[in-house]
Order: sequence, then C-alpha cells, then structure tokens
Amino acid sequence: MAEKTYVEEISRSLYDFRDAVNADFQTDAGLTKEIVAHISEEKHDPDWMAEFRQKSLAIYNQLEIPHWGPSIDGLNMDNIVTYVRPKTDMKGTWEEVPEDIKNTFERLGIPQAERASLAGVGAQYDSEVVYHNLQSEVAAQGVVYTDLESALTGPYAEMVREHFMHLVPPTDHKFAALHGAVWSGGSFVYVPPGVHVEIPLQSYFRLNAPGAGQFEHTLIIVDENAYLHFIEGCSAPKYNVANLHAGCVEIYVGKNSRVRYSTIENWSKNMYNLNTKRAVVEENGIIEWVSGSFGSHTSYLYPMSILRGDHARMEFTGITFAGNGQELDTGAQVIHLGKDTSSHIVTKSIARDGGVSNFRSGVTVTKHAENSRSSVSCESLMLDDRSRSDTIPVMDIQTDRVDVGHEARIGRISEESIFYLMSRGLSEEDAKALIVGGFAEPIAKELPLEYAVEMNNLIHLEMQGTVG
Amino acid sequence: MQSALLQIENLSVSAGEKTILEHLNLTIRPGELHVLMGPNGAGKSTLASAIMGDPRYAVTDGTIRFDGEDITESAADVRAKKGIFLSFQSPEEIPGITLENFLRTSIRAVTGKPLKVIAFGKELKKQMEGLDMDPSYAERYLNVGFSGGEKKKAEILQLLMLKPRLALLDETDSGLDVDAVRIVSQGIRTYHDETNALLIITHNAKILEGLDVDYVHVLEGKRIVRTGGAELVREITEGGFGTQSPDRRA
Repeated sequence: MAEKTYVEEISRSLYDFRDAVNADFQTDAGLTKEIVAHISEEKHDPDWMAEFRQKSLAIYNQLEIPHWGPSIDGLNMDNIVTYVRPKTDMKGTWEEVPEDIKNTFERLGIPQAERASLAGVGAQYDSEVVYHNLQSEVAAQGVVYTDLESALTGPYAEMVREHFMHLVPPTDHKFAALHGAVWSGGSFVYVPPGVHVEIPLQSYFRLNAPGAGQFEHTLIIVDENAYLHFIEGCSAPKYNVANLHAGCVEIYVGKNSRVRYSTIENWSKNMYNLNTKRAVVEENGIIEWVSGSFGSHTSYLYPMSILRGDHARMEFTGITFAGNGQELDTGAQVIHLGKDTSSHIVTKSIARDGGVSNFRSGVTVTKHAENSRSSVSCESLMLDDRSRSDTIPVMDIQTDRVDVGHEARIGRISEESIFYLMSRGLSEEDAKALIVGGFAEPIAKELPLEYAVEMNNLIHLEMQGTVG
Repeated sequence: MQSALLQIENLSVSAGEKTILEHLNLTIRPGELHVLMGPNGAGKSTLASAIMGDPRYAVTDGTIRFDGEDITESAADVRAKKGIFLSFQSPEEIPGITLENFLRTSIRAVTGKPLKVIAFGKELKKQMEGLDMDPSYAERYLNVGFSGGEKKKAEILQLLMLKPRLALLDETDSGLDVDAVRIVSQGIRTYHDETNALLIITHNAKILEGLDVDYVHVLEGKRIVRTGGAELVREITEGGFGTQSPDRRA
C-alpha cells in the first residue's frame, strides 16, 4: 500500500522544479530547412524520414495558424528551440541514467510506479528518450515497446513506415505539419495477435529546457484479438517564456481488440499544448480514452476515433480543469464509418479564477454507418463569476438510421452546498475542493489508481490558489 | 444561573434588500431545550442560518455570542468548530464522498484531532442502528438519492456523531411519517444532556413528545413576540398563532 500511495505527499514543487540545462546538443531557435536537416542528421534518420521532415516543413510554411480556437499569439516559433538532446543515450536500467535526470524522474515517481504497477516504462527528457524497459515476460509474448527512433531502423522499420503519420498526416493542420518536421522521441508499441498485455505500459514526457518544444510521437499498433492499456503522463517546470508541446499519438486497434489509453496532462502554465491524437478501430474493436487536462497555458486537444469496422466502439471519458490564465480547449471527435458502431463521450470541465474551459465535440455518422449510436454528455462547473465555460457541439449525420444524443449542462458551484459543508467544520477551500472532487469523481474512478490520487491532489492544489 | 451558551442581542438580519429579523433577543443556556415556532415565512430558518453563519444573510445590527465570545462575524466552519450544529431543512446532496467518509472528515475538522478509527466504527454502527438506518447508507454518497426521511435521519446521525454543544434543528420532522418522527425524537433524547442545548424549529408537537421542553418562543413580525413554557406548544398547535396570523395549522 505504501508504494501505491506515494503520490499523496504531492506538492506543486513536485512538478515545478528545474534542472540546470545540460544539453548535449540543441538546435538554434526557430524553424528553417537547415535546422530540420540538422535534426535529421543528428538523429541519423533513414532517407525517407529526412524527406518526410522536409515535406512536412514545406506544408507547415503553407498552412495558416488556426483562428477558430484560443489565441496562440504568445507563441513565436522563431523563439522555440525544436530539438534539445540530453547528455545521455537511452538506457535500459535506471542506474545507468545520469544522476540529475534520474533524480527528476524519481521525484515524479516514475521508477516507483514501474516497480509497483507497470509492465514497461519509457521516459523522455526534452527531445530524447532516456530510459526504456519492458518486463521480460511481456517481451517474451512478442510485445514490442521501445522508442520510435530504434523502431525506425529495427525489425519493425517497415511497419513504422507504413503507419507513421498515416492517421494524422502533416496536411491535417499546421501543428501536425510542424510535428512531422521536427518530431523526436516518443514510443512505439506493437502487440501481436491474441496477446493480452495484462499490466499497463507507461510513457512519461518531461520537458526541462526553457523556450523549447517537445514533439514526441507515439505509435501504437495492436493486432487482432489483443488488449493493451497504455498510460501517458507529462509535466514541465514553469518558465517565463513560452514552451511548446505538439505531440502526436496514433493508435491502430485491430479486429476484436481493445485499447485503453489513459493520460493526465499536467504541463506548466507557460506551455502551449497543441496536441493531436487519433485512433482507427477495426471490426468489433474498442478504443477507450481517459483524458485529464490540468496544465498548460493554452491547450487544443480533441482525440479523434475513426470507427472503420462494423461494430467498432469508442468511449471517451475526459476532465479539464482551467485555472487562472489558462484557456483549455478540449473535447473529442468520432467518425462512424462501419455499421452498428457506437460512441460514448462523457466529459466534465471545471473553470476557476478567470480560467476558460471549452468543450468541443465532433460527431460524424456517414451514410454507411447504419444502426450506429452516439451519445455526448458534457457537464461544466464554474467556481466563480470570472471564469468561463462553453460547449460547442458539431454533428454531421448522413443517415436516418442512427441514434444520436447530446446533453450539456453548465452550472455554478452551489453556495448552499458550500455552506452545508462549512457548517460541518470544513473550511471554504476544503468544501469547494470536496464538491469539485465529487464532480470529478466519475472520471477519477476511470483512471489508474496513482493517477486518480494525483488528480485529487491536483484539484486540491488548484483549489488552494497556490498555483500561479 | 449558568452563564449563557448562546446569547443573541438586538439582532437584525437581512437578505438582500429585505429585512427578515429585527432587534431579536434570545438566550440559551447549557442543558436547555428551546422550541421556536411561528407562521411560515416569519424568519425561523433565517434565525437558525444566521446563528450558523450562512453568508447569504447579512447581520445588519446586534451581536451573536457563543460561550461569551462574539461570533457575529465568524465563518460557518469556525462556528462549527466552536460547537454549533445546524440540521438543515433540506440537506444538500454531495456526490463523491460517502456518508461515512464525510463523518470522518467532519469529526476531524471539528475536533482538530486525529480520528480514533475503531471507536468511530463502533459508534457509527450503534447510532445507525438506533436511528433504524440501513448500514448500506454509510457507503452511499452523502444524501445523494436519499429520500426526505433518510436525509433527516442522516442529519440526526451527524448530530449524534459530532456531539455539538448547541444543536439547531430546522424542521427536522417535516415530511417524516409518524415512525420516523418517533425515531428522530428518540435520537434527540439520546443526544441531549446537561452539557448541551437545542433549538428546535417545528410546526408539530409530535417531535417534542418525550422531550423536556424548557422554553417555547413564537417568532412573528421579525422578532420573538412570545416566550413561554412547554404548555405554549399545545396552545399554538391547537389554536394557531392568534390574531396576527390566520395560519391555523394543526
């Protein structure tokens, strides 16, 4: 039990500590052909990848900055350092990881979590993965879990090439193109047919360098009749300059397979989090997303599920908590292609102290997707008059034979409830935290235990107003 | 005579622009049981809420003292820690925390001490049995989906577990069937002793059966217009509040 509750002693200092920047190599700030070529060279890209990066850069230069969401005017790409390589290569044991970096991950609880409840762990520091390990029993089942760079040249090189940025092409939007040009790090997972990975795998991304970008790519391929639970976590110390995270997650769910993808995003509040996640689900497969968005200055995050096979299903459970100075634009998208497909989206959002939390949903049911079902439910809680919350649903239904529902509720924290709890001795802060915790509870119970505890602690931290 | 536990002097309370109580006086000593009656809308609940420190009501004049200390400006949690408890007329539903965990949280908050876990468990079981509450309620979210009667029993359970020095019961009997009123009344008897005091707001003599009522106050026209002994309960329940009010509820 002691191991399971290690995050209870959390304080903001857990995330908000900085290591001295001790990079082995970093690019100049900004984005040019030369810089991208330099990244290719440093990373020993195969030729196709070097070309892919240059093409992506060209697309990036053609595409407009999105204007439909929160402002990203504070982000100046000329100031962002897109590649920062830590002074180490990837290690297979924590003992080999350099002391300062190892200490960082220990403070974040990663090695402890690995011992307690994970089958494999990847840890990225700035632009490169510094640690990767998979339990030998799981590896013996044929499961592959490694950094994407190794996968690019190893026995799965062809599989990577066939899938990399096929779900999220660089043409998707400007920051997908940016990702294609400067991506670095991330994870590659392959689960062979019939294999159930009983214990979760987890990748953790830490961005330490000020003014830098992190562009990790997660590629998950789960073959037929298989199961995987994949967890991602991320954090960064706070700086006075803008940092950028434009990661990309692509998940391929095979026939009759189920993938659960859980994440708690806790970036520091100078971070622009412009992240793209997408899954395609084959016949009778299931994708389950569990997503918590707490950090960042500005977020754009709308994981998309493409239900390609008949009877494919998706479930999305999400929570967003926007505090002072934060504008978090989150949601989920689904495209029903197969017959008898179903999607179920449940989200909660909380805004306090002038924070803005918007929920967007996009549901498309194509004309072939007969007998499909979709339900979207969004509940928002505003803790004061200065905070804002909006719900922006979009539906494109191309067949009559569907069952589609949408429900949105926006409310304020009840003064009656606060008084009731205070009359039982709770401080106003504790009363509010308890009410917010209760509001978030249906989401918290979907998270892995450590993350549920972490989420509760984050809520308490946010409620204390100690977070700048 | 013992010194006052609660002493209200010249109290005026308003909600927004509206004055609800004006120049009200009330003194409650340890060991006493007071009953507050009055027509609907007279301000009985407002008085209980103001004593508890509900920020939706503004004290515009006068003082509230508890145990000699001026608490007129104190927040509700400070008052709870000093030993004041309010049983709500419509208890709030709070999802995400079970009744049992809430009781632990509340006891820790009120006492400021760590909880004696085993003693707590035993007492909870005993008190729930006394109130004829199914043990499963301890594991349910606080008041969520409870019937009206179950919510009121849960309020009395909190009273028994928290052991405040002054209990304000705001129409705890309303909406309860005869058996439930009897059980709640029994709960009040279990709680009451020489060290604590009660102010019971009610329209109904039933809840007072078996209780030793010391004082009955009639609140009408923004202040206490009459104070008497237990006999006043019968007079009012049979004859109403007199000429000032046409309300003749039985």
